[in-house]
Amino acid sequence: MAEINLNCKGLQCPGPIMQIFKATKEAQAGDVINVKVTDRGFAKDIQAWCKKTGNELLDLNETDTEITAKILKK
Amino acid sequence: MADKKTMIVFSGDMDKVMASFIIANGAAAMGSEVTMFFTFWGLNALRKAKKIKIKKDFMESMFGWMMPRGSEKLGLSKMNFCGMGASMMKSIMKKKNVNSLPELIESAQLMGVKMIACTMSMDVMGIREEELIDGIEFAGVATYLGESDEANVNLFI
Repeated sequence: MAEINLNCKGLQCPGPIMQIFKATKEAQAGDVINVKVTDRGFAKDIQAWCKKTGNELLDLNETDTEITAKILKK
Repeated sequence: MADKKTMIVFSGDMDKVMASFIIANGAAAMGSEVTMFFTFWGLNALRKAKKIKIKKDFMESMFGWMMPRGSEKLGLSKMNFCGMGASMMKSIMKKKNVNSLPELIESAQLMGVKMIACTMSMDVMGIREEELIDGIEFAGVATYLGESDEANVNLFI
């Protein structure tokens, strides 16, 4: 099971979810994708994205400066 | 099975076309199939920036000359101020790292978003296939209706 780190800091909507979409497309089931994002809307967006695409959101962390998320590719 | 979103892009305003492409890219990233149908002023967003030499009648040439040639040239729907508003908006968006409209269009194509140009509008406005960007399809309202029948979201922008 690989871990993929994605830095999407500075990218505006819909940049981060597009990067995650591309990363999960190339990843194997069971891989984990760690992502760092600065777009404020991402915290809600990633939940909707995971629900829609059937991947699992393992962790979501929001600080004043960035949002980090951990996604399990199903 | 992937679900589907369809959009009619009627407007040729930069902000409205941008909104369309942000939604299109987002939907594609959500795993949806996306079809965009470009009609009337929306066709200008698909024009190539370069002038293509084609024989046209007077009215067609006038239309071609007066309308913005490509996504780079579109104006804002509000506060355009003869293009100054659009320039300001572009520079602010660049500073804030928002993708430009040409970038959004390119990325939509890479994501497999289907773009259809309305042949009736093309005929009315004197726009020829070779004047529009590559990789798009040409069809009429029945094709669009067939696509939207299969979709669960349909927008008119």
